Amino acid sequence: MARRPKRPAPPISQSILEGRYERRSVVIGGLGAGIGVLLAARMGYIAIAENEKYETESESNRVNLSLIPPRRGWILDRNGAPLASNRADFRVDIIPERMPDADKTLEQLGTLLSLDRAKIQDLKDKVATSRGFQPLEVATGLNYEQFAAISVRVPEMPGVIPQRGFSRFYPTGPSVGHLIGYVGPASAEEYEKDRNPLLVTPGYKIGKDGLEKQFEQELRGTPGARRVEVTASGRIVRDLDTREDVQGQAVKLTIDGPLQDYAARRIGLESGSVVVMDCETGDLLCMASMPSFDPNSFSDGIGRVEYAMLRDDDRVPLRNKVLKGLYPPGSTVKPMVSMALLEAGIDPEQTVSCGGGLRVGNRVFGCWNRGGHGSVNMAKAIYQSCDVYFYAMAQRVGMDPIAAMARRCGMGQEFPLPVVSQFYGTVPDPAWKMRKYNQPWAVFDTVNATIGQGYMLSNPLQLAVMAARIATGQQVMPRLLGSAKKPIFDAFGFPAEQKQFIRQAMSDVVNGPGTAGRGRLPFDDIKIAGKTGTAQVVSLSISDGRSGPWKYRDHGLFIFFAPFDKPKYAGAVVIEHGGGSGAAYPIARDVTTFLFDPAKGLEALYALESQWGGTAQQRLARKYAQYAADAGELAEAAPIRETEIFDRVDAEARIEAARPAVQASDAAVNRSRNVDSVITGATE
Amino acid sequence: MNSRIPAPIARQPWEMLIPLFLLVVFGAVVLYSAAGGHFQPFASSHLLRFAVFFVMALVIASLPRSTIEWGAYPAYGGVLLLLLAVEIVGAVKGGSQRWLEAGPIRIQPSELMKPMLVLALAKFFAGLPSGMVGSWRSLVPPGVLIMLPIILVLMQPDLGTSMAIVFGGAVVMFLAGLPLWWFLTAGGVGIAAAPLVYFFALHDYQRARVLTFLDPENDPLGTGYHITQSKIAIGSGGLFGKGFNEGTQSHLNYLPEAHTDFIFSTMAEEWGLIGGIFVLVMYGLILGWGMKVARSAQDRFSSLLAAGATATIFFYIAVNLLMVMGMMPAKGMPLPWMSHGGSSMMTNMICIGMLMMINRWNRHRRGIAS
Repeated sequence: MARRPKRPAPPISQSILEGRYERRSVVIGGLGAGIGVLLAARMGYIAIAENEKYETESESNRVNLSLIPPRRGWILDRNGAPLASNRADFRVDIIPERMPDADKTLEQLGTLLSLDRAKIQDLKDKVATSRGFQPLEVATGLNYEQFAAISVRVPEMPGVIPQRGFSRFYPTGPSVGHLIGYVGPASAEEYEKDRNPLLVTPGYKIGKDGLEKQFEQELRGTPGARRVEVTASGRIVRDLDTREDVQGQAVKLTIDGPLQDYAARRIGLESGSVVVMDCETGDLLCMASMPSFDPNSFSDGIGRVEYAMLRDDDRVPLRNKVLKGLYPPGSTVKPMVSMALLEAGIDPEQTVSCGGGLRVGNRVFGCWNRGGHGSVNMAKAIYQSCDVYFYAMAQRVGMDPIAAMARRCGMGQEFPLPVVSQFYGTVPDPAWKMRKYNQPWAVFDTVNATIGQGYMLSNPLQLAVMAARIATGQQVMPRLLGSAKKPIFDAFGFPAEQKQFIRQAMSDVVNGPGTAGRGRLPFDDIKIAGKTGTAQVVSLSISDGRSGPWKYRDHGLFIFFAPFDKPKYAGAVVIEHGGGSGAAYPIARDVTTFLFDPAKGLEALYALESQWGGTAQQRLARKYAQYAADAGELAEAAPIRETEIFDRVDAEARIEAARPAVQASDAAVNRSRNVDSVITGATE
Repeated sequence: MNSRIPAPIARQPWEMLIPLFLLVVFGAVVLYSAAGGHFQPFASSHLLRFAVFFVMALVIASLPRSTIEWGAYPAYGGVLLLLLAVEIVGAVKGGSQRWLEAGPIRIQPSELMKPMLVLALAKFFAGLPSGMVGSWRSLVPPGVLIMLPIILVLMQPDLGTSMAIVFGGAVVMFLAGLPLWWFLTAGGVGIAAAPLVYFFALHDYQRARVLTFLDPENDPLGTGYHITQSKIAIGSGGLFGKGFNEGTQSHLNYLPEAHTDFIFSTMAEEWGLIGGIFVLVMYGLILGWGMKVARSAQDRFSSLLAAGATATIFFYIAVNLLMVMGMMPAKGMPLPWMSHGGSSMMTNMICIGMLMMINRWNRHRRGIAS
């Protein structure tokens, strides 16, 4: 058909054109038919060979699978009452990367939920700095009307996710803040470590601190899933099916909820910590650290203002003082040092004359009692806390046996506890000093160490363990996880009379002519034994330790056990800058009283709280309101406390439990409206 | 023919009309589903339009040859003026448009231009002495006839329609017997110029379509979305489809333009490969009949007109189906007799009317001859 241009073309006639038409129309028809065959083949390929692939894609278009965050496992106290539980609520989250116009949507949300300006600004800041895929919480605890108002507007507000969920609830709030920790949305770093899609599911929160963080995997549970049919614009057409979530496992602690709450509240306006443990099992009954934060606020997404308040507080409410507060143990080490002396062969009846000080080298070390104690034997040295006796005796035996005893008693020890971190302090000895400072040990170092000053540092938990070990003469190990098994501890191998001697001397501290006369228990048959301690913070040339600026005052310490003749409970109280042990032992007294007679304990607490202005939670809420007002912001309301099942871990619950059974069963009926799980275990 | 059937009815080209009716009814069925299981608004107006345009086709079919030959150039000129009017109205109103509105009727002159150009070219080549085929006289006037509307349509801008116009014109010129090397040269130049056109002549959105066609997964939620969703609809239909009214891609709005450009995907999702083959066979029968009419035409004018009309219909079908199956860039091209929409229905029914007319002429001639 191709024309050869070189040759002269034959004249084109009608018949040539007809021939061309014939041939060319066949060609065109053939091409058309070819395309038809191609189309049929292509369609067959897509619909048959690739059918499976496209069917999957069609399903994934149609079906929207959304994870239902699992209900978090409860954290229970030793009696099965929840220290951390869940509350059903309506909530709204946003996913920044799905919001085309974040500012506008936030304003809209602000209007719908009547959020204040500060909160909206907070959210805008967070949106600006967030990694887009991380959900941000806008509000929780919505009422149904607000929830419904947002739900109907979802198609016009992409990226906004209203849902019914659960939020973490800590009934006693600040009392358990440091112990339990809190939960919050996973950060980008946490998501990078654990690429679990659950972590970026709106409404899901992971443990951020304390036990919540430590037991994250146990508490987490298995997410449920909801399959819905959706249109291209995301409107839900219908529910296909739902797989229920599996709630995370409960973690049962050795903590006694009411006692924890009581101790935390009893610390009152002071900054300090109370540790109580069961001498027989090592169960930690209470690890209170105050002032604290309200983990409910953290878990609801703490606001800028509230966080600033906590951060700026010089009493460091963000630090768990039980584990991370290190203090010179002061005179609380004296019973321990006495045991070392006894073991080294010192006769307890041997006396030292205390004239108010002792010259060591070219320096005079004073006794706390400048007037002197006169003739002092070991018992008197303990109950009168005579420093000079220990200066003298320690020099005879040297530092090493004392340091060894300190370590046996738990000083400087890191305990195998499920906590995020613990500071374990220092037990100084010559080898340590050489290693650390490259200086030889000096006599005055021994002198300092025997009265718990100088390099010696310990945390309140170690002090409580020391009390328990001295009381029982056994290597009591603290534990935090509840277990019915009673552990068997190694004995120290003290002769019974030495143990008895120390117990008696420590009883005399309170019940005899000792330094803590106001620490007596209000019982005839139960006596507490203890040892006071005062730890200097700054040199006497700056402050006398009792008055003046708060942060220059001495720390007040007290270790104790009760009953003194058959120790069941042991503990330690440390009050930062309390101005001396007088700030500490009344707290130990009341806490111990509460252990044996809750009503009496509470009576004492109520009297104090009426002076202080309410419970710790109330005061914290008021303080926040004040702080926020000063900062010119509106405070959000504190989480509504539902008086139901949750009231079982506050101090008052102990009294409740003591009431006649009829009343208790009524209460059980009222409490049956529990939110998300059935608790096993007795009420108290 | 069976004598019991009245002659005027028996005379009709049933070999084409039956597939055509089946297609239109099937189209209505698919539109019924695309409307979520309702006659309104698509299926009912689809059937109504077909009825109106079928009557129009019958009227065209009955036109005498002299009228058509006389009216070819005036009709072409009239539509060209309408295209010009579109530009003027667009310029006055501000912004480009493709429609002319007259009361309730909206006309898209570029659609009308497709059969009118074929008609004008057939008229021209019928009048061109055979000795002049191959000279400039056989190229320049048709070239002008094609270029005038192309320029106006490209200004709208509507690349798809201008390509359809070029295709119809080229097929007529090819069949008119112009030298083959002209076409080969034009094709070669076209391929060589494609990159230049791509970079300098196309609008951004057109470039995006080309890119998306080359790699649809690259932009699954942007311009590639259409083709991806269309393939999902066709592919998930399988052999027998998901069943009538069970299409999820169309009902949940994942498939864009489910009742117009992507009607075939909507159909394939619910009727599967079987439905697709049925539609292809129906088109094959109609186009095959068109080619048969063209080849059995007794003279140059009617044979070129019939072939051009068939090619115009073919272009719609081929481009639409290649597009929905992901073998061509997405462009607005409806599927004849199935897509919801009046303009393409009118164009295609004009072509059908002209084919029926030529078919009548053929039979008439044969009748006289035999």
